[in-house]
Amino acid sequence: MSEAGRLLRQGLWGNNSSLVQLLGLCPLLAVSNTVTNALGLGLATTLVLTCTNGAISALRRWVPAEIRIPIYVMIIASVVSTVQMLINAYAFGLYQSLGIFIPLIVTNCIVIGRAEAYASSHPVALSALDGFSMGLGSTCALLVLGALREILGNGTLFDGADRLLGGWAKILRIEVFHLDAPFLLAMLPPGAFIGLGFMLAGKYVIDQRVKARRQRLASAALIATGERT
Amino acid sequence: MLTIMRKHGITLAIFAAFCTALTAAVHALTEPTINQQAASQQRQLLDQVIPPALHDNDLLDECYWVSNAALGNEHPHRLYLARNQGRPVAAAVESTAPDGYSGSIQLLVGADFAGNVLGTRVTEHHETPGLGDKIELRISNWITGFTGKHVASDRDATWAVKKDGGQFDQFTGATITPRAVVNGVKRTVGYLKTLPEDIKHLPQCGEQQHE
Repeated sequence: MSEAGRLLRQGLWGNNSSLVQLLGLCPLLAVSNTVTNALGLGLATTLVLTCTNGAISALRRWVPAEIRIPIYVMIIASVVSTVQMLINAYAFGLYQSLGIFIPLIVTNCIVIGRAEAYASSHPVALSALDGFSMGLGSTCALLVLGALREILGNGTLFDGADRLLGGWAKILRIEVFHLDAPFLLAMLPPGAFIGLGFMLAGKYVIDQRVKARRQRLASAALIATGERT
Repeated sequence: MLTIMRKHGITLAIFAAFCTALTAAVHALTEPTINQQAASQQRQLLDQVIPPALHDNDLLDECYWVSNAALGNEHPHRLYLARNQGRPVAAAVESTAPDGYSGSIQLLVGADFAGNVLGTRVTEHHETPGLGDKIELRISNWITGFTGKHVASDRDATWAVKKDGGQFDQFTGATITPRAVVNGVKRTVGYLKTLPEDIKHLPQCGEQQHE
């Protein structure tokens, strides 16, 4: 498998930032109450991760190993501020719905985690791809958790998507079932923790099944070759 | 040892200068657009509480500071004056309902000086999602029920939730929130009735939000 394919696979599943590395949980838990918010934060994280990984990789030759952490922090902070100002200026609707959560990306350990683990020792394009796939993995986890919480809590999907994506997105709103009073637990932070727990368990079960199936296939192949000889 | 420290110090300083320069440049580039966005946002919000047909001035140019206990607290609140051919016809004021279920609820109330509500919006609140947050327009149109209502006096008994014998709906499981909003709007409109006497003495907001 090529390095690029491996990076995508690792980011989306094998080394998923939210489900395997368990990094960046603070924004993940705080902003996953609706699919729309989750999507917005996921996209912002992906954008920031791609930019910071690219920038850090491009500058890696000039960063002495002993003082790399403060330099990474500075680069990440300025990239996040830049992204925040650009979103504020050119995507005001998005800025309003994400509000204070864009600066929160700075506190997302996954950003400095990837800078340290990958971008500091790999070429620019691959580092950017690593950031992108890690962000995409985080976005997927956010979306699943957001969908889970929004369906349980509010009975809808993509509620308020027009604030993120523009007026046309009103048609995306799906009312799965009607709730007179929302299921508060799912909407509040405890619901996020419980939901994340179920997602971790779900991923573990799937991984176990895949592993067991591989082993079965491998032993079957072994027996087959054994019979032939 | 010292040379390494010096070298690293200089490297760190260069990176710091570079990062600061980048941030400052982007800030300078985006600031006008950001201010414009905030102003147009504010204008849209004001148009919701004072119908544009009523006045011919730019509300953002007529911003004043007011402070009065009727606005929920003693802090200065922004007031936007609507004029038609120079004559004040209505005002929108950012007031506070201090007694929400979880803290203060920030309101924007537009009314004329005779006690008629032109429009109200909740601009910030921390009420329980799903119960108290029905005061937000994007969740329910409850807040539009104030439009066209009249405040006769401070003791107007119809200005209460139905549970308290008034005319406004409460929400299932949440009475405190709508009660706070109803009272906040009532007090604010009552204050606006007394405003015409003071209009000439109000301090301007000064630094305008828009260019």
